[in-house]
Amino acid sequence: MKKFTTLSGPAAALNMINVDTDQIIPKQYLSAISRAGLGKGLFNDFRYDMAGNEKPDFVLNREPYRGAKILIAGDNFGCGSSREHAPWSLVDFGIRCVIAPGFADIFFNNCVKNGVLLIVMAEAGVGELMARADNPQSCEMSIDLEAQTITLADGASVAFEIESFRKHRLLNGLDDIEITLQKKAEIGAFEASQKAELPWLYR
Amino acid sequence: MSAQKTLFDKIWESHVVSENDDGTSLLYIDMHLTHEVTSWPGFESMRNNGRALHRPDAVLAVPDHVIPTTGRGERIADEQARVQFETLIQNCADFDVPLIPLLDERQGIVHIIGPEQGATQPGITLVCGDSHTATHGAFGCLAFGIGSSEVEHVMCTQTLVQKRPKNMRVAVDGDLAPGVTAKDMILAIIGTIGTAGGTGHVIEYVGSAIRALTMEGRMTVCNMTIEGGARAGLIAADETTFAYVKGRAMAPSEAEWPAALKYWRSLPSDAGAAYDKDISLDAEAIAPHVTWGTSPEDVAPIDGRVPDPSAAAEEKQQGAIRQALEYMDLKANQPITDIKIDRAFIGSCTNGRIEDMRAAAEVAKGRKLAPGVSAMVVPGSGLVKTQAEAEGLDKIFTDAGFEWRQPGCSMCIAMNGDILQAGERCASTSNRNFKGRQGRGSRTHLVSPAMAAAAAIEGHFVDVRQLAS
Repeated sequence: MKKFTTLSGPAAALNMINVDTDQIIPKQYLSAISRAGLGKGLFNDFRYDMAGNEKPDFVLNREPYRGAKILIAGDNFGCGSSREHAPWSLVDFGIRCVIAPGFADIFFNNCVKNGVLLIVMAEAGVGELMARADNPQSCEMSIDLEAQTITLADGASVAFEIESFRKHRLLNGLDDIEITLQKKAEIGAFEASQKAELPWLYR
Repeated sequence: MSAQKTLFDKIWESHVVSENDDGTSLLYIDMHLTHEVTSWPGFESMRNNGRALHRPDAVLAVPDHVIPTTGRGERIADEQARVQFETLIQNCADFDVPLIPLLDERQGIVHIIGPEQGATQPGITLVCGDSHTATHGAFGCLAFGIGSSEVEHVMCTQTLVQKRPKNMRVAVDGDLAPGVTAKDMILAIIGTIGTAGGTGHVIEYVGSAIRALTMEGRMTVCNMTIEGGARAGLIAADETTFAYVKGRAMAPSEAEWPAALKYWRSLPSDAGAAYDKDISLDAEAIAPHVTWGTSPEDVAPIDGRVPDPSAAAEEKQQGAIRQALEYMDLKANQPITDIKIDRAFIGSCTNGRIEDMRAAAEVAKGRKLAPGVSAMVVPGSGLVKTQAEAEGLDKIFTDAGFEWRQPGCSMCIAMNGDILQAGERCASTSNRNFKGRQGRGSRTHLVSPAMAAAAAIEGHFVDVRQLAS
């Protein structure tokens, strides 16, 4: 997994609540057996009209937000399905940080696995950042995960909270599978004891 | 920490392999169900990294999402879908994963076949790369949806690194009125708690109305738990559960049964166990429900009206309602019964079981689709299809003008060619009314199977309780 240490670039505001995973990346992108090019499908129905032309008023179709690195969103972002295509499409577009008052649980876990930093922030703080992001003159932000700060275009700094397990994983780009494979003996011991107690779970 | 434990506490604690310093746990996973859409990255990565499948006896695969519901056995026309389907078959062969083939009678939606095959059992941990894995919690097991990276983690290690969720209890007491179903109950619950109401929690459903539900009804309730923000819903196993599980292919054998029962009976929440959140509903007050908006929380009773955005308390809610009404082409204060439909879809992991087929057929019997309305019924599995046909339900549907299809996820996710056109309005027994869910520009209203059939017959939403009389 790619490490997350710092990130700088334009932040785009998406002022909507309950943006579900079907909005982030719709069904037609799910039947491929490749992650390549999913950034094109990010927010498909917001970005393109029925004929596939860009909608000029959508934020990610405008400069400087075409190069957005950070997304500021409404509450319950990422609700709905378990499709990991949601963080894949964000990353492929270039967005590696989303800031919102809350995130759906499965999307939250999927982001940790893909080096995407989710910042949970109270509504008032998110509103303030959205106002900054909406102005192309003030939309540049810099995130420092180690320091847990967001530095704004005018130099002001906003602190954010993050659980230690996520911070550690993101900073080090840890691969959970490699770590867990080191615990083979513990898993084996668990299985032996469970098998003795609940033998019908083993065929 | 109180000594009294919830059902969730007991399952969680009995599956912790080790605790990590950072507050996460390594949780053992007893059963892993998988399908074509979210499994390929795991197999690909295992192949690239030289990793092996940890326990082939604890996985079960079935194709469901991209499978056409007509022309079974013919080559899948959509090239991408065909490749994805064939990739699943190849991966299962390469890694010795037990697979239910497409042409097998047991094939169906992963959340329908797990219980049918007895893979879903009380007390276990069960995962699948699909958010509606919550369905299986109806058996008193901890079941939740995971992403593709976690799918691979389970394949390689039979465990997941998880942060322990909190306990939430939703009590529904009293008797549901005739014509009111488990679907109406869960829609009412989501309307009450909101689409993020259960975030970070596991919901345990309790109360006399829950106990009175069949396994099919309990699965419908648990299935849509994710629409209330919680990854898992749970209903304690009881005699109804045991009777459903007994004798199924993967269930404990006759010899193992007494020990299994003894264990399962030790799992229900202790009296006085603490919950972080507590909600209660009166079953008798629940009417048939219809969603009017683009989030499952946008729900109204059939005798209700489309909301007026200006009446909403907060500005952001007003905006969300306005956007939803614009997308759905509805007017504020419009009676729900005035909403006309173009299509009806009866099926999905929410409502594709035999009881759902029966409820819809009871309404369709001896009636005809309204002019201009088309409707399809998609049984959730081959076994459901066979049972329905043995009961003559297929004939009732086709006589009424409904199409009788082959099993799969179909128009719930609309990946298989079963899709709405822009502007089409559908009475759907599925689980998500998100914008574009059933096709770009499509308009989905979530309802029970009986309500979907009734709307298809009348051409607009109607109180099925009045239709029945």
